[in-house]
This record gives sequence, C-alpha cells and structure tokens, in this order.
Amino acid sequence: MELFRYKKPIDFMGASRKFGIVSLILVLLSWGLIFTKGFNYGIDFAGGTLIQLKYEGEAPLKKIREAMAKSEAFKDATVTYFGSKNEVVIRTKTSSKSVGKDVGDEVRQMLKDTGKFVVRRVDMVGPKIGNELKEKGLMAMVLAILGILIYVSVRFEWRFALASVLALVHDVSIAMGAIILFNVEVNLDILAALLTLLGYSLNDTIIVFDRIREGLQKIKDPDLAGIINESITRTLSRTVLTSLTTFFVVLSLFLFGGEIIYGFSFTMLVGIIVGTYSSIFIASPLLMWLGFDVKAFRAKQAEKLKREKEKEKMRAMYEQGTI
Amino acid sequence: MKRLNYRVVIFIAALIFGVVFSIPSLIQSKEGKKITLGLDLQGGLHMLLGVKSDEAIKSRLKSIAGTIKYIMEDNDIVIDDLAVEGDKVTFKVLDSDDIPKAKELLKKELEGVSVLENQGTFTVTLTPKEVARTKKQAIDQAVDTIRNRLDQFGLAEPTVAKQGTDKILVEVPGIKTPADEQRIRELIARAAHLQMMAVDEDRAARVYSMSPAEAKKYGDVILPDVKNPKEKYLLKAIPILDGSMLTDAKVGFDRNNQPVINFKLNGEGAKIFGDFSGKSVGKRMAIVLDNKVYSAPVIRERIGGGSGQISGNFTIDEANDIAIALRSGALLAPVYVMEKRSVGPSMGADSIRQSMIALILGFVLVVIFMVIYYGMAGLVADIALVGNLFLILAVMALFGATLTLPGMAGIVLTVGMAVDANVIINERIRELLHEGASIPKAIEEGYANAFTAIWDANVTTLISAVVLYAYGTGPIKGFALTMSIGILASMLTAILGTHGIYQAFMDKITRDKLNFWFGIKA
Repeated sequence: MELFRYKKPIDFMGASRKFGIVSLILVLLSWGLIFTKGFNYGIDFAGGTLIQLKYEGEAPLKKIREAMAKSEAFKDATVTYFGSKNEVVIRTKTSSKSVGKDVGDEVRQMLKDTGKFVVRRVDMVGPKIGNELKEKGLMAMVLAILGILIYVSVRFEWRFALASVLALVHDVSIAMGAIILFNVEVNLDILAALLTLLGYSLNDTIIVFDRIREGLQKIKDPDLAGIINESITRTLSRTVLTSLTTFFVVLSLFLFGGEIIYGFSFTMLVGIIVGTYSSIFIASPLLMWLGFDVKAFRAKQAEKLKREKEKEKMRAMYEQGTI
Repeated sequence: MKRLNYRVVIFIAALIFGVVFSIPSLIQSKEGKKITLGLDLQGGLHMLLGVKSDEAIKSRLKSIAGTIKYIMEDNDIVIDDLAVEGDKVTFKVLDSDDIPKAKELLKKELEGVSVLENQGTFTVTLTPKEVARTKKQAIDQAVDTIRNRLDQFGLAEPTVAKQGTDKILVEVPGIKTPADEQRIRELIARAAHLQMMAVDEDRAARVYSMSPAEAKKYGDVILPDVKNPKEKYLLKAIPILDGSMLTDAKVGFDRNNQPVINFKLNGEGAKIFGDFSGKSVGKRMAIVLDNKVYSAPVIRERIGGGSGQISGNFTIDEANDIAIALRSGALLAPVYVMEKRSVGPSMGADSIRQSMIALILGFVLVVIFMVIYYGMAGLVADIALVGNLFLILAVMALFGATLTLPGMAGIVLTVGMAVDANVIINERIRELLHEGASIPKAIEEGYANAFTAIWDANVTTLISAVVLYAYGTGPIKGFALTMSIGILASMLTAILGTHGIYQAFMDKITRDKLNFWFGIKA
C-alpha cells in the first residue's frame, strides 16, 4: 500500500506565511492563557493532599461533602468523581508533616458513615517539595533544550538549531495552552509528557532537516524554498506514517489507559498533532525566516571540504616524510 | 545459509538475550533478576522525609551536659547552674581552686567543643566543624536507624536511602492494610529517645501549680505521664543517662503477665546507673521515652548489672514496636514528612491491567498496520519491534530497574516510535526502487541514506531522555530510563537487525515480488 507516492514537490513554502500566522496566533493565545489563567497545578507542584476512594456502588458525593464540611481542615476540600461513579478523589491544600499522623486516616474516620469504601491512594506533597519539583522540572526543560541546541548546531548549522528549538517552543507552548484550556491538572506525569513531546517533535523535525541537509548537497538549484519543498515532500510519507503509529498507541492509552494516565495521554495526543504539523509547516519555513543562505552554506561546506583535503594531503606528506 | 552475516548473528544474539532475561520478569519467577514493579503498580508506601538536624545539635548538647555533670561529680568538683541554653552549655565551678582541674577534665573528656572560661563560669560550645559533622551524622544515623527498624519489622524489601544532603527516601512495598501502614509510620517516626531522669523530690509536690518557666529556673522540666496526660512529673532537666548507652531491648512479661520492655545498658551506662541508684535510695527515678514518663519507681537499693524495665500497659504490638525502636537506636534528629504517597494494592493491579490493555492494543494496531502498509517489510519491522520490547524488558531486569506507570507509558510510546527507524528505511528503499535502482542497491543505499537521519534524531531524543533522568524524580526517572533503553534498543534492532534479515533473504527478493516485499508496484 502506498499513500504518498512522490511525483513532484508540493509547494509547502508558498503557504508558509499563512501557517506562520496561524501558529503565531496559537502560540500567543497559549501564552495569554499561561499568563492570565495559569496552570491548574495538582498536588505534585502546589502541595496538598489527594485521596482516592473506591466505594461499593455509587459514591455518595453529597454525603461526603457534608462530612467534609464539618471538619476544619477539610472544609475547603474538593470532591469529584474519578473515572467512574464508584470512585472519588478528594483534594485539599492541607498537608501534614507528622510521620505518625496521616490525613488518610483522618479521612477514613470522617467518612466511615458514608458507605463502604477502600482508600486506594493517598498522596501528600509538602509545599517545599512542590517548589523544588517545579524548579527541577523547569531546569530539566532548559537543559534539554540547551543540549539539543548544541548538538544540532554541531551536526547541522546554528540556524537549524535555532529553528528546531523555536519549533519546539511552538509545540510545547501550544500543548501547554491546550492543558490550560481543557483544565488538565498539571502533575509530574504532565511534565513527563511535555518532555517526551520535546523529544518526539524534535525527532520529527530532525528527519526533515536531515533531508534538507542532503538536498543542499545534491540539488543544484540554490533556491532554498525549492529544496525545502522537495525535502518535505520526500519525507511526507514517513512523517505521516510515524505520527500515525505513535498516534495509535497514544490514542489507545488515552482511551483505555484509565483515568490515572489521562493527563499524560491527553498531552501527548495534542503534542503529536502539533509536533507533526510544526515539522511540516513551521520548522522549515523558520529556517528561511532566519535568513539561511544556501550559497553561503555551500561555500562554507566547500571550504570545510577543502581544508579537510589539505589536511589529508599534509598528513599524507608527513607520512611519506616529505614536506 | 551462506548469507548468515554478522548483522543477523548480532540480531539473533540480541533476541536470545532479550527473551532469556525477560522471562523471569514475565512469569514472575522467584529466581533470576527481574524488573521490580514501582509502588504505583504494586501498592505500598513512599515517603520523603526531612530531618530536623538542629534537634540533633540540641540533644548532643544535652548529652554533653550530662557528661559534664557526671565527670565533675566523679572528681568532687562542685558545680552549679548547669544549663543548656541555645547552642551552648554553661555552668559554674564554685571553688575557684578547681578551675584549672575542671578545664583539664573538659579537655580530656570532651571532643569537638570549644571551652570558654570567665571567673569560674564555663561556656561550652560545639565547633563549627563539629556542628556540621553532627548534622551529617544525624541524617546518616537516621537512615540507618529507619532501615534497621523496617528490617526488623519483617517487611518485604523496604528501601531507605539518603536523598540529596538532607532528605531520606523510604519506600515500603506490599502494605496490605491501613493499620499496617499506620504501624510502619509510627515505627519510623518514633524518636525512641530513652532517658533516665531524677525526680526533683524537693519541689515535686508543687508540680501541678508550677509553670514550665518556673521549673526551668530550678533546672527542672515538667513531663506528662504516658497514659494519663493530667498526671505530671517534675524532673531534673539533665538526664542521668540516655538511650545511647543502651545495648539491647526485648519484650518480656511482668508478674501480671503484662508485656514490658527489658533493656540492658553498656558498661559506662551500667556504672552511671549503679552510682546514681546507690546515692538515691528512697527517691524516685523516671523512665522517660520520647518526653513521656512511662514509670517513676522508687529506688529501693543500688541497681547494678545495668538492666532495667519499662512498663506502661502496652499491647504486645506496642511493646514490640518500642523494643524494635529502642534496639535500633534513637533518632538523633526527628524526621518529618515532606512527601508521602501510598497506593493500595487493588489500585496498583488496576493500573497494571489498564496499561497492559493499552499496551497490547496499541502494539497490535501498529503491527497490523505495518504489515498492511509495507507487506513483508512491515513484518520485518514488526520482528524488530518485538525484539525491541524484549530487549527493553531484559535490560531493565538486569539493571534491577523499577517499572512505574509512567515507565509503562514510556514503553508504549517506544512501541510507537520504534517503528520510526524502519519507516524511514523502508521509505528510502521504496524511493530508490521507484527511481529504478536494482534491489540490492536500493536496500544498501536505503540503509545508508536513512542512517544519518535516524542517528541524529535518536541522539537528540536521547539527550532529552538523559536530562530527564538526571533531573527527574521517581516516576519521571522511570520514564526516562525506559525511553533511553528503548531508543538504544531500537537502533540495534531496527538498523542492524532488519538490515541483516534483508541481506539474508536478498536472493528471494525479486522485482516481480516487490509488492509482496515492500508493498509497492514498481
């Protein structure tokens, strides 16, 4: 079976301005959301306690809330269904520092008249840890991006590095925007998803860039737009296929992985769509907008080649003992 | 099979390696190295504890004060106003003739302190180096103590590890009931700070009207009874001795068949205990555990031999837990919870089931899709994919890595991404075949052309995975680990392995069978 058989280059660059504007708007909207509404930090980052209960039969939300309201520590707690009507999660900002006492025990006591249930999960994160995790997470992102910048600069050229990192910022920004828009709770697994996304979307971009790098050497015509069009078209089937297979798996995670992995798979789902889009329509035009010059690149490559050849010659001469 | 080249050999070796070493994990056998399931998958208790190392300094100073009192009395130097205040111990030597001798004794008996003397008033402080050492020791000791306690509690494979410079990570898998969890937490939290303290008989009658501040003025403290908080005792603030001189603690039974804790002291403790009891016949001595008075018997005679008993209406479990705590030593510094996660066993099982369903479903979808799209080339990629999965499991098992829920997601994602290398290669081969290249040339050049792209793409992904591993905590680390292993494994299986397979079957691939082999009509 063949979905995309290469015939002639598709003119992606012709429409790049339009896509650029769409992307710019999406990124700005996402940033708007980040700076106005902000993330809905879960307990991993904000600190607090999360208690997950499973009732025999439907969980009596009203009764639970009434019981919670009586307690000083839990009166601001939120109670919501989790996945099914049998399960609830209770979230509160309270956390306890004492090792001996436990919020889970208190809740068990408090709710013992509301029906038969088991406590499935109690997570408590102190505020200090939350901040530490946030800092570490941010640090990890910055370092990962830095590492990528350096590697791509060495292997390609600095504009390739900058373009791929800008495409990354684009993807992660939009994924973050979607997280806020759909009010997904930001916990450690979301951070993991965002960082995976970093790797995934970069993967996609690098494959296209690799083709462009190859095109720069093979295609005679120094027209960058032409080379980019040719490269994207030739990698199109691969980009779509890999995105599809990854999409399948993440979709099955999203649909069947259960509530606990929902945030992760949602973020990945958005990320795969945005990442695929950006590696086709955004990353390569960025190269052009950054003023990548084919002739200069070729001259430099030729220079490099020449120097290498000279070195080789020198070495050969040394080895023969004549200078 | 003359075409059995090194690629096929390596690939088959990798496959065998993968299958052999993932079997123990897959059938959950007792023997062999296998992947440990994270607490989120098997249920258990995860705690990140902070250590109040300042408290260790305080108790160090208190114990120094106790030593000073003992050595001065032992050498007939009369001292007064012995007190621990903030970060120093102060006292007065009453007879100025004794000052040089006192100085000498302090120098000889105490380490890591600096001593200042001014007209008979001594000030003893810890040196900065000693403060740092004490704090570090408090954390190290807390790690050891907690590990000892959990080991003695008899649970399956608890993990106790120092995290950073001032945190302790405790993980206890396989806790079945909330009551067990409660017991474990109490066992960890118990300071188990045993002290023998003299009752201030001169003022004891006034204890119920006395304020803590007034008690302090007399060099005393007011401590409550363990069972009845209304009952209070007025005790000399400087203890006679403390639990650091304890060598053993065991559960026993008293005459009424009530559980008690019998303890033994080391030589130094026994000597101090004997001297004190000999001097204090008729007076009361309180046995204080974690600042609560367990009993305050009247001393009837000199107690030699250095053994004693704590009674206090315990249940067997309580007595047992206290004995464990005493045996494994006091926590020099109290710990507090910074992060706690507990997952019930049923929850973990559900998580495994759900992610397994997702994993299998996603996997099957990808496998079928690849065959439909690429024909035999798809099947070859699928073989690489299966090999990849086994390799991930095997490497994880060998490293004793922990599989967490995000880790599972990582595997699922690797499945999606692992076919990528083969997709790139297949597309290149198809491209060359369309351009009319011969089949061997299309395959060889296809691999060559695809290589730089796969290499650069994987290395960049690996960079972010490694950063993730270095900076991530717990679940993120697990995720980064499976991803990294997955990437490396896919380079091996997808580039080397499939290449070898094509080379082995090169004779069979002919132009008229291109649709069968690569899913294209040339």
